[in-house]
Amino acid sequence: MEPELPAPPTGAQKLIQCLEREGVEYIFGYSGGAAMPIFDALVDSSIELILVRHEQGAAHMADGYARASGKPGVVLVTSGPGATNIVTGLLTSHMDSIPIIVLTGQTISSMLGKDGFQEADVTGITYAVVKHSYLLKDGADIPRATREAFYIATSGRPGPVLLDLPKDVTQGPCDAPFVDDIDLPGYTVPTNGDPDDIREAAAILNASKRPVLYVGHGAVISNAGKAVIRLAEMLRAPIVNTLLGKGAADETHPLHLGMLGMHGTAYANKAVDACDCIMAIGARWDDRITSKLDEFCLGAAKIHIDIDPSEFGKMVQPDVAIAGDARLVLDELVPQIQPADTEQWLRQCNVWRKKYPLKYAKQGGLRTQHVLDRLNALTQGNAIITTDVGQHQMWAAQFCLSTTNRHWISSGGAGTMGFGFPAAIGAQFGCPDKKVWAIVGDGGFQMTQAELATAAIHKKPTKCLIINNNFLGMVRQWQELFYDNRISGVDLVGNPDFVKLAQAYGVKALRIRRPADVDRVLAEAHDYDEGPCVVVAEVVKEDNVFPMIPSGAPLSGMIIEKPKGPLAKPSGST
Amino acid sequence: MSSPTPGQTTSMKPAATPTALQNRMGVLKSPESSKALHTIALLVRNAPGVLVRVSMVFSRRGYNIESLVVSPGAKTGFSRMTVTCSGDPAILEQMIKQLTKLVDVVHALDHTATDRFETEIALIKIRCAGDVRRDVLEIAEHFNARVVDYAAQSLILRVFGASDKLDAIISLLDEERIVELVRSGKIVMARALEVT
Repeated sequence: MEPELPAPPTGAQKLIQCLEREGVEYIFGYSGGAAMPIFDALVDSSIELILVRHEQGAAHMADGYARASGKPGVVLVTSGPGATNIVTGLLTSHMDSIPIIVLTGQTISSMLGKDGFQEADVTGITYAVVKHSYLLKDGADIPRATREAFYIATSGRPGPVLLDLPKDVTQGPCDAPFVDDIDLPGYTVPTNGDPDDIREAAAILNASKRPVLYVGHGAVISNAGKAVIRLAEMLRAPIVNTLLGKGAADETHPLHLGMLGMHGTAYANKAVDACDCIMAIGARWDDRITSKLDEFCLGAAKIHIDIDPSEFGKMVQPDVAIAGDARLVLDELVPQIQPADTEQWLRQCNVWRKKYPLKYAKQGGLRTQHVLDRLNALTQGNAIITTDVGQHQMWAAQFCLSTTNRHWISSGGAGTMGFGFPAAIGAQFGCPDKKVWAIVGDGGFQMTQAELATAAIHKKPTKCLIINNNFLGMVRQWQELFYDNRISGVDLVGNPDFVKLAQAYGVKALRIRRPADVDRVLAEAHDYDEGPCVVVAEVVKEDNVFPMIPSGAPLSGMIIEKPKGPLAKPSGST
Repeated sequence: MSSPTPGQTTSMKPAATPTALQNRMGVLKSPESSKALHTIALLVRNAPGVLVRVSMVFSRRGYNIESLVVSPGAKTGFSRMTVTCSGDPAILEQMIKQLTKLVDVVHALDHTATDRFETEIALIKIRCAGDVRRDVLEIAEHFNARVVDYAAQSLILRVFGASDKLDAIISLLDEERIVELVRSGKIVMARALEVT
């Protein structure tokens, strides 16, 4: 008698096996009807399911996991509202080039387009916020699509890839073999950069008297920091980085001028404004950086290294464009650089550094800058720091200097409130042995605070520093400066007591009320490793982030301290 | 609508002004916002959603698609798209890079200024009887248009050639008499062994 053949796996089982082959450790998810076959298959898998409290939290956790570990994060949600709840997370990852794989349950194939229960046209809704996506109507496509999804998400300029999975496909059999080879004739990834372009860039840099290296997130993704430092030392050129470029090249290096742009350091912006050559290394001349585009770096030669050629000429027309991986391009470029005579230029940069230091008032109550300055002294770049969006984010960027790649995690392009805390939990899963601090505002924290439960259940020692000014501070700052102080929609009266809130979830919580408490409380939280810890800093209600380049103003229009009179409404985007 | 007087060649009206012509064809082109037409040829994987992804790049960058032809490519699993579009010429090159970036797009090439052969087909349904019909047939003959449907009160003409030739015959036919007009949209192919 013939032995009975084992039944083929279901589509869901095959999918999970594919994820295991990709090395997936965690799935951040929230269950629901259309995704039940996949959740069922997870029961027998080595992959650990992290059950979140809202789908947006899952997307940000996967994002934070990816940013901290360099590995793709995986999200699993159900159809309809489960899927639409991750759209903000997709935008966040898409804007910041983060590799996440999003699996969405879907109604059965025969019900597609018929307004079935919890049906949404998820591929249709998400086209604009994914790098690529699949609607899998045939289980036989699962192994190929999964392999392609991981390859596309993680290669070239990374980004989110979505797999929409009808329930009949995941429930039905799938005997298609695993796929290893990629066949994507429309998808090419630049790697080394054209040698002629690199030679041309070297010639421009070698002829430059006032060069600036402008380092972006591409340098983080390609781990180009050491090459950036080598280039800066060889060329004797100052380094500036974007919000997302923090950590690629050690911000405490003597040639580093910190962050440039809207709330960058005055000395970084003055150097960029006065340079005769600026080289973008994995950066995209974002409007927070260039401000008034037609007055940006007038007369300076512009070199642009990017792995995504569609960035060339989008904002700035470069004199030389090098399509390739930032680290590989710099490795080719550095040997062609001759030490330049830039001593006068570096002296000038240091004059600016001394003349316009970052500063804040030491009196008049507890200030965010003081708390973050002390957190920086405590962590010394050795902790992963995530932020939410707003004033605290800019102050953290200014005061928490990044020394290590992938230690700085912030929503830059999308500016997503609610990102910081779940991203920190995800980062903690990706880097269990590191200290992880989320720095969030009272506004953003409340958007995803339910993830306190997720952190508590898994006893993750993630620290969450809530900067509580009971205001949406950045918008309030703009209203004060540009809208005659007409306060509208920014007063967060009704905030809970965040200490009690955390305790209600069984989470340790501490409070800072006075400047004298700062060091003691931060240290206590830092050393607490048995689970999450919330620190609530009750800071002054009204304070402003400076320096500031009003949106749409040229770099020379930078405001270094609070102006005496009213200012015109900014002409730039936001 | 004024009915033509029998015996008079009222359908032989002078060529319509470009504005009137283009308005009738549903193309929004006032003289001041008029922009040159660009022709972009794409080779794409015949994958679900590829048309949406391609058209989203055009719309996001403010380009108006004037015509779009999608057809099977020479190799199984691949399709051809020929897009005639108008928009800010300053961002054309960058938009083509964004098209190229799409995972399912093998290549996207601007054929606005290349050495190429292009053609288009139009089907024109004309209400005509009696003497008017003779005039229409005379125009048709001149343009090598073929009558593909001969009915009591109407004709359907099929004409092909360069897009401006189609514009010309349409402008010679009485606008009021054209019941329906369907144009295929332009297709192009690079000459010799150049890639389209």
